[in-house]
Amino acid sequence: MTMPASRRTGLTLEELAGAVAQDIPAGAYVNLGIGLPTMVANHLPPERGVVLHTENGMLGMGPAARGDDIDPDLINAGKVPVTEQPGASYFHHADSFAMMRGGHIDVCVLGAYQVSARGDLANWHTGRPDDIPAVGGAMDLAVGAKAVFVMMPLLTRDGGPKLVRECAYPLTAVRCVRRVYTDLAVFLIGPTGVTVRETFGIDLADLQQILGIPLHWD
Amino acid sequence: MVTILATANDAVADIGDGATVMIGGFGAAGQPVELIDALIECGASDLTVINNNAGNGDVGLARLIRERRVRKIVCSFPRQSDSWHFDEEYRSGRIELELVPQGNLAERIRAASAGIGGFYTPTGYGTPLAEGREVREIDGRWYLFEQPLHADFALVKAHIADRMGNVVYRKTARNFGPIMAAAAATSIIQVSTVVPVGQLDPESIVTPGIYVDRVVLVDAARLGEAATAGGRR
Repeated sequence: MTMPASRRTGLTLEELAGAVAQDIPAGAYVNLGIGLPTMVANHLPPERGVVLHTENGMLGMGPAARGDDIDPDLINAGKVPVTEQPGASYFHHADSFAMMRGGHIDVCVLGAYQVSARGDLANWHTGRPDDIPAVGGAMDLAVGAKAVFVMMPLLTRDGGPKLVRECAYPLTAVRCVRRVYTDLAVFLIGPTGVTVRETFGIDLADLQQILGIPLHWD
Repeated sequence: MVTILATANDAVADIGDGATVMIGGFGAAGQPVELIDALIECGASDLTVINNNAGNGDVGLARLIRERRVRKIVCSFPRQSDSWHFDEEYRSGRIELELVPQGNLAERIRAASAGIGGFYTPTGYGTPLAEGREVREIDGRWYLFEQPLHADFALVKAHIADRMGNVVYRKTARNFGPIMAAAAATSIIQVSTVVPVGQLDPESIVTPGIYVDRVVLVDAARLGEAATAGGRR
């Protein structure tokens, strides 16, 4: 498949992480999913006062630990050694997931295989018969956070869109995604459908053609 | 009444074939490796294990699975870069998997500890994990019915216990420890330090001794080494 020139000038993953970080309000309690979303932490200035939650029982998570700071008892959801910020707290798993399910987390940022035009999320299982399913905390975050942001490349390696009319992969949760941040555009998902908030190096006609779903813009 | 034991082997000696065993830990953090090693040595098989994962690397729960002692595992996140022993057992059909979203897993354990007969949760509704399950609409939102998860034994790693079985944990190694200790019929806690009664601040105690049946003091140096060896992703 030949890529139009306009599709090569989207955001880098680092720029994308920066774009997500820009929209996280000061003082928010935030959970960053495993993988791509962890990059968002690098773009949150300390003066913003964002508090990071990790599902394995901590608020006030700091950056990855290095050297002598590595402590096997202090890890994040991806099981990577991390550090403690001043004001951090620890709690058990039932409390940690009550924070998610109970609507106490302001924003969660998740990766995705696919998001549907009405905000269904698929990010836990490819559905292939030989694949061992693993769900972790994805379903709890998706139903519980006040705002669910998805961060993903807009296209698969084969060039197909990941924002689709109906998810082909098994769902994580229904109608839960509020915003989709991609290298080519930011989308808002609401009761009226999908609105393009901004584009990066692609024009709307091109975007419309690639996605093939109804798009609104202001 | 809590019993303080000198060896992990003594603590797990009555875990028999077919028992349901909760094992604390999130990956290697909080994994009671010494108690699991003792469980392997005591020979119990046909076990149902409740844990967040399905073993990492070659130690602890991974070794219990490799030794084919586990008939069924109830967990949220079995597949990882270093879950090779589980992967092999699962693909060859020798281990049954009950996959539970992590928050439902935690709340099912908590419900068992609190005498709750079940609860409705939004987590999992509309997904393949809800197929064939009871659902209910409450105030315009759909929920899935989940039942408590009971166990015969809990194996938990904590940090410090006093001689009444009051326990404190360390950092994110706390994870499932407190709810599993409270849920199981018999709770066995391994710690690196046991202090006299009165040495722990009553305001700081995380698991009160009422939930704890046995405390085992394990060697702190060896504990650190085991955690590091299993700590790679």
